[in-house]
Amino acid sequence: MRRALRWLMALYVVVATSTAAFAADPRATDLRPLVQALGSGGYSGTEKALAQLSEAGDPAAVPVIEALQSGDLFVRKADGAVVIARKAGDAYTLTDPLSRAALGDAPAAAVEKIRINNALRRAISASLGALTLMSPDAGVRRSAADAVFKSRDAQALETLNAAIAKEQDTRIRAAMEQARAAILLTGEAASKMTDAEIQSATDTLTARGDRDALVLLNMVAGSGASDVTKKLAAAAVSTLEQKLAFWAALQNLWYGLSLGSVLLLAAIGLAVTFGVMGVINMAHGEMVMIGAYTTFLVQEFFRAYAPGLFDLSILVALPAAFIVSGGVGIVIERSVIRWLYGRPLETLLATWGLSLALQQAVRSIFGPTNREVGAPSWMSGAFELGGLTITYGRLWIVIFAFAVFAALLVALKRTWFGLSIRAVTQNRPMANAMGIRTARVDALTFGLGSGIAGLAGVALSQIDNVSPNLGQGYIIDSFMVVVFGGVGNLWGTLVGALTLGSINKFLEPYAGAVLGKILVLIFIILFIQRRPRGLFALKGRAVEA
Amino acid sequence: MLLRFFLMGLDRKAGIVLTILAVLAVAVPVMTLWVPADSPFHLSVFTVSLLGKYLCFALLALALDLVWGYCGILSLGHAAFFALGGYAMGMYLMRQIGPRGVYGNPELPDFMVFLNWTELPWYWWGFDQFWFAALMVLVVPGALAFAFGWFAFRSRVTGVYLSIITQALTFALLLAFFRNDMGFGGNNGLTDFKDILGYDIQADTTRVALFVATVAALALSYMIASGVIASKLGKVLVALRDAESRVRFMGYDTESYKLFAWTLSACMAGVAGALYVPQVGIINPSEFAPASSIEAVIWVAVGGRGTLAGGILGAVLVNMGKSYFTGALPELWLFALGGLFVAVTLFLPKGLLGLWGQLTAKLPRRNKTAALPNVQTANQTAGQKGA
Repeated sequence: MRRALRWLMALYVVVATSTAAFAADPRATDLRPLVQALGSGGYSGTEKALAQLSEAGDPAAVPVIEALQSGDLFVRKADGAVVIARKAGDAYTLTDPLSRAALGDAPAAAVEKIRINNALRRAISASLGALTLMSPDAGVRRSAADAVFKSRDAQALETLNAAIAKEQDTRIRAAMEQARAAILLTGEAASKMTDAEIQSATDTLTARGDRDALVLLNMVAGSGASDVTKKLAAAAVSTLEQKLAFWAALQNLWYGLSLGSVLLLAAIGLAVTFGVMGVINMAHGEMVMIGAYTTFLVQEFFRAYAPGLFDLSILVALPAAFIVSGGVGIVIERSVIRWLYGRPLETLLATWGLSLALQQAVRSIFGPTNREVGAPSWMSGAFELGGLTITYGRLWIVIFAFAVFAALLVALKRTWFGLSIRAVTQNRPMANAMGIRTARVDALTFGLGSGIAGLAGVALSQIDNVSPNLGQGYIIDSFMVVVFGGVGNLWGTLVGALTLGSINKFLEPYAGAVLGKILVLIFIILFIQRRPRGLFALKGRAVEA
Repeated sequence: MLLRFFLMGLDRKAGIVLTILAVLAVAVPVMTLWVPADSPFHLSVFTVSLLGKYLCFALLALALDLVWGYCGILSLGHAAFFALGGYAMGMYLMRQIGPRGVYGNPELPDFMVFLNWTELPWYWWGFDQFWFAALMVLVVPGALAFAFGWFAFRSRVTGVYLSIITQALTFALLLAFFRNDMGFGGNNGLTDFKDILGYDIQADTTRVALFVATVAALALSYMIASGVIASKLGKVLVALRDAESRVRFMGYDTESYKLFAWTLSACMAGVAGALYVPQVGIINPSEFAPASSIEAVIWVAVGGRGTLAGGILGAVLVNMGKSYFTGALPELWLFALGGLFVAVTLFLPKGLLGLWGQLTAKLPRRNKTAALPNVQTANQTAGQKGA
């Protein structure tokens, strides 16, 4: 009797409060009695109404259920209407759960919260999962499909079927079909399925092709509902494992490329100073470090004066680092290295001394701790390509490394400056006689090599700690790359960097990171025995120089 | 025969070096053990260990000078041989701890118990015997140097390339010894030693005895090195340093000469490391760091390359400077060391002994100038020939 009265009241509320806005949408009015029913009949009444709301499959119910979940759904005592109430001071601000129309304020005594228990909480989650499958927002539908895939809740099956029928986006539909396949294969329904249905379900999961699918299929293969199911699942597992191994190899290749490009960046400046000029620049790592600290300073400037343009700071840091590192390089060349040409082992000692002094200088100015260098938004995050996960930061560094390499190649082969460099390297007295100011070319070449190291510093500041020891970690690797690739040959440096990077990454899964590195070093030592002048040795007279 | 070999190396300079070492070997024990503590001539045990450490470095510098100064092989990995010798000695000292370790295991060193190892790895066998450890101090660095040199010299890897692969060698060893699985104590290395040859390693007399042993090792190594240099073999070494191709064309098997000097030098470095470990009480992988090898090179450069005595002088002076700076002005030490590298290469290409030679050459003298090998001129000739 009381219930019937409430229904009547609910009808009254509908009539009284409906406006043209939702009267025009028939579904919204359909929902209203169900929403109203949430507030009556205690826990069981609420649960029943909730189930009906789920079945209705209208995403408009989602905010209501969410309000129920967060304890914001109340019953107004005066008329029994279900409202969303939010505490504002002593009173509550009421809104209509469906139309979102404001219903004014009410004192705390005038409303009563619709209470929920744990059984209801579970039901709420399930129905939210099912209902969000119908959400107009593609992202919400996608994550709802993933959630169902993980929970494998058999109750969601009907909503899922309805959602699949409605879905326009092929990728989301695929995700939903995978979720359905997961429910079908693991649930009770599996024993009633035909072989073809099982086949298509396992195929769907194989197509998903990730670890989750493999785990699921393995489970089905072990404890499937029937022998056919087990057999098909086992077959799918082996297909999937092959596929995953393939992607793992590709992922390794990508890591190798990524490490190789870092090595390339670090070594390419050395290829100029060591390879082209024959100067063993042990302070090369410190040029990289100076580039990284320049990035830090530029970012500090942006943080202080133009925080809105922070994304552009890296673009400003690039030329700044090139100029600062290059400038330091020119000063070093003019003050120390020019006295030591033709004595490579002495330059090694002097530049080592410079590197110690530069490290200590940076430590004295900026302190020994790591400095915070941020990543611009366009460099953070990751995307998936097939089975590969690629972070934007690494992708940009690979692109940047190749861009720097190409630019340096063009500079050396196609410009007047590059021509002078090559002329001075090949035959100093003759170049001098032809009117090239060799001393100036020396200084600029060293500046170029150092400047490129500075550019490397900008890139490395994104993936490594910016500390005074930054350069130390790269100097030995850089020398290995240049020596392995062959001194005096930029292509050798490219091939050397990529080869060593890939070898390192392919050894890592088997030998571990440290042992892998040791093996690479031993490989280089042995390789140098076979080809004492590297992969791409210069031939002819230059060899003896 | 052997006597003639040693006597051959005894020139005036060797006389000075050996006299100083003999004085040290007598004076330091007397001043430490018998001079009363309140006397101004008393030396503390701490100072003795410090001096002993300098002399170990001096021995390393001597070894390095033998290959760099006389064979033209700039090794950027000599600290690796030093550290290997040190580890061999450290392993002996670890075995001597016996059941006195924290875990009280009579067989296994503490770190192995910590890693849940149940038995001693095969490469630790025999290290409970001093003679075996002493042999390994020579054999391990010597064998590594022999194998490395065998390949490198035969493939005619020279100059910068050789320097860089020696650096790769020591870097690889650094990484390897950092691994716990290697069974050498990983990051922490070997430490907490108790006895050497049954004597308490902390006792004053043991410390003084270790110092005297270091002086003796340095003196003996100096005599061997100067004997080698003065012999015909030494002449060939200097010749191939200055013009390797010409020596080869004259029919000498240059690889064997280099290999001999290189292996001898590695053994000396191993002895230096073995004497260093009981005096400082620890050996850990950081000794393999490429930076320590390069630092050893600067000792030789400061003292004077290709003079033998110069390496000793440079090692002692630079390390005294390091002790002073790192205590008094730690911020400035790297500036000072870095500046030293630059200044020595730019202004003192022959090092301090070379400077002394230049200064005394200008004064009217009874004798003709000292018979220092003229590294610099030879080098410049070689450089110009190449360019």
